Amino acid sequence: MPSYVDPEKCDGCKGGDKTACMYICPNDLMVLNKEEMKAYNQEPDACWECYSCVKICPQGAIFVRGYDDFVPMGGQVHPMRSADSIMWTVKFRNGNMKRFKFPVRTTAEGAANAYPGEKGANLDDECLLLESDLPTPK
Amino acid sequence: MALPNKPMGELPAIDNPEIVEHDVDVLIVGGGMAACGAAFEIKKWAGDDLKITLVDKASMERSGAVAQGLSAINTYIGENPIEDYVKMVRNDLMGVVREDLIYDCGRHVDESVKLFEEWGLPVWKKDADGENLDGSKPAPTLREGGTPVRTGKWQIMINGESYKCIVAEPAKTALGEDNCLERIFIVKMLLDKNKANQVAGAVGFSTRENKVHVFRCRAALVACGGAVNIFRPRSTGEGKGRAWYPVWNAGSTYTMCGQVGATMTMMENRFTPARFKDGYGPVGAWFLLFKAKVANGLGDFYAMGDAAKEELQKFMPYGASAVTPTCLRNHLMVREFIEGRGPIYMATDVALNAFLDERREAGMDEKSLKKFWKHLESEAWEDFLDMSVGQAGLWAGANIEPEKVGSEIMPTEPYLLGSHSGCCGIWTSGPDEDWVPSVDGSRAHQYKWGYNRMTTVDGLFTAGDGVGASGHKFSSGAHAEGRIVAKQLVKFCRDNDFTPELKQSAQELADEIYAPVKLYNQHVGASTAANVNPNYCKPAGIMMRLMKATDEYGAGVATYYMTSGKLLGICMDLLQLLREDAEKMAAGDLHELMRAWENYHRIWCVEMHIRHIQFREESRYPGFYYRSDFPNVDDENWKCFVNSTFNPETQEWLCEKVECLNIVETDPWL
Repeated sequence: MPSYVDPEKCDGCKGGDKTACMYICPNDLMVLNKEEMKAYNQEPDACWECYSCVKICPQGAIFVRGYDDFVPMGGQVHPMRSADSIMWTVKFRNGNMKRFKFPVRTTAEGAANAYPGEKGANLDDECLLLESDLPTPK
Repeated sequence: MALPNKPMGELPAIDNPEIVEHDVDVLIVGGGMAACGAAFEIKKWAGDDLKITLVDKASMERSGAVAQGLSAINTYIGENPIEDYVKMVRNDLMGVVREDLIYDCGRHVDESVKLFEEWGLPVWKKDADGENLDGSKPAPTLREGGTPVRTGKWQIMINGESYKCIVAEPAKTALGEDNCLERIFIVKMLLDKNKANQVAGAVGFSTRENKVHVFRCRAALVACGGAVNIFRPRSTGEGKGRAWYPVWNAGSTYTMCGQVGATMTMMENRFTPARFKDGYGPVGAWFLLFKAKVANGLGDFYAMGDAAKEELQKFMPYGASAVTPTCLRNHLMVREFIEGRGPIYMATDVALNAFLDERREAGMDEKSLKKFWKHLESEAWEDFLDMSVGQAGLWAGANIEPEKVGSEIMPTEPYLLGSHSGCCGIWTSGPDEDWVPSVDGSRAHQYKWGYNRMTTVDGLFTAGDGVGASGHKFSSGAHAEGRIVAKQLVKFCRDNDFTPELKQSAQELADEIYAPVKLYNQHVGASTAANVNPNYCKPAGIMMRLMKATDEYGAGVATYYMTSGKLLGICMDLLQLLREDAEKMAAGDLHELMRAWENYHRIWCVEMHIRHIQFREESRYPGFYYRSDFPNVDDENWKCFVNSTFNPETQEWLCEKVECLNIVETDPWL
């Protein structure tokens, strides 16, 4: 279905105007039903399985069930993402499990240097910020 | 019985949306790698008096092709001569490329990669013993001279799950959060009322509230990716979403620029990557990092056989390369399928075990071997988990462990893009440098007209997938190209002081954009099922109709990428009917309105694609598409660009041959 929401865990992001999953989905798939205060994926066959909603959900309420037209049932891939790493649990149809942990970022969130106030030198040459002496083809 | 009919989504659309007007100097349309590059760079050149706004259909943190992450950066020049990069791209794309644009990308791209690392992207390094370190281990940075882990000549490995989040952050900070408008889908660029061939604004709508946004601007960057879901995909159920390229890219860049008269180039080019079957997981690391090979159904490693070598001889000089062009690799694979020697397998088991055998033979003890295997296995899975989790899900569901069994490889449905191993897009000016050729004639024939990456329309720029005839930029090159454009946007505004004025009123624009909503509300009661109605059609159906037409007549997977002049003619007829019926698309909610406008973009860019294939009477990219009536690569007559220009005044198309000039030496070719 791609991503799906566990109703026991979803709290609709506590009635905010937009839920975390609505905020993040690149394809505008996640929506909030305000009567039930639960989110859902409104167009499963347009889901890329990019896991953006799964990774961002503050309640850990979103999972992925593989595409039903080619993925045999029973397996699951699920992440836990922190500020500097991500832990993946891969559960196979036959019950086997694998766990992998990878770094995702080496700086604190918000710490990327945007070079505020820095100015380029000459608007009429082709050098960009921090560049000088551009090469030419030999 | 579901009466009364109601909209499908949670955010119903109303007939008369609020209209919000914005006056800015520079408008950035899109939020992917290129747009983020532009957002970061532009304030370094602009004064505080310049009003700059970025508009993204999604959220910058996870929008564009890198939303899910990437396991590698495919363009990092490093120790290589930039000329070699140009030669590689030129050969991969069968000789017809803009070498000035490729060289220019090559001389800026590394700076983007160094910034990514500085911002927090973990980049793999080699330690003193030549072993791989993941990006969190202490090692000198690229700027400090650290050695990245190369896979192939141009690619470096990263831990890239958060790649896009990391790149979006300084982009947003630099531009200012208030200047980044998210969840607004720009659907049309607009020309100036008084100055001919000058961009003056854009119009779009919110996917969150009933608001139409009208922008007036003096210059604009349009960088919203390539096109997906334009040909019938191999999986047509739920798996339709598992496109190889981001499923939300609807060809908006090409259509919006083409419609205001920007000259297009090489729109006949397409990309049909060979990927792990169904999950569309990446193969690059398997080929380059793990040295895996592909076998056909008979167990032959066909790509290395004499028959393959002989076949490649037909496509000289391109076929002679040590790295066979992507389309020709596909061509060899397609031949195996057509001649009944499928399926094609990536021998992942052979490759991984070869690494273990190598260590064992070198005398590694069992305990160390076990540790080595853990690392190797982790690297293999990370490749999917960083950028194509769905493929990992398929392996989990199918109990596939890559060290025990190989996996099927299959060429996908076609996509349109300009930044990967494809090169369709928009014809732009190269850098204002002496080494860029000066050519007489209209801009459609020239290589430079003052502002780097400006389209043939004044003030309208593009980057990333938008810039044609210069593929192999990938994520880093797209970011660098966005930075290039940023400076040019400021220069254009400095040189061109005028007050933009739109041809249409804001209300006229709003009415046009909300037409599918009005149609829905007017007729929704005419049947007992909201999606089946004699007065309108729905976006979901129109998309399927488009994909059926292209698949069957336009060289899709149904015919193993074969078409002909006759079939293309039928395809154009079907597209004409489709365009007429698309005027009857109805949308009951804001999500569906977005789908309707994505379809307008898809249909238009597909028409350009088919028109170009019709015009080019040869088969330039065997393995991507074939014309049965002109089956060969014909360098004598067709080693040239095909450029096309739509005239927004007369609504007429002009397709023409444009000379392809080399900047980098052609002898030796590689």
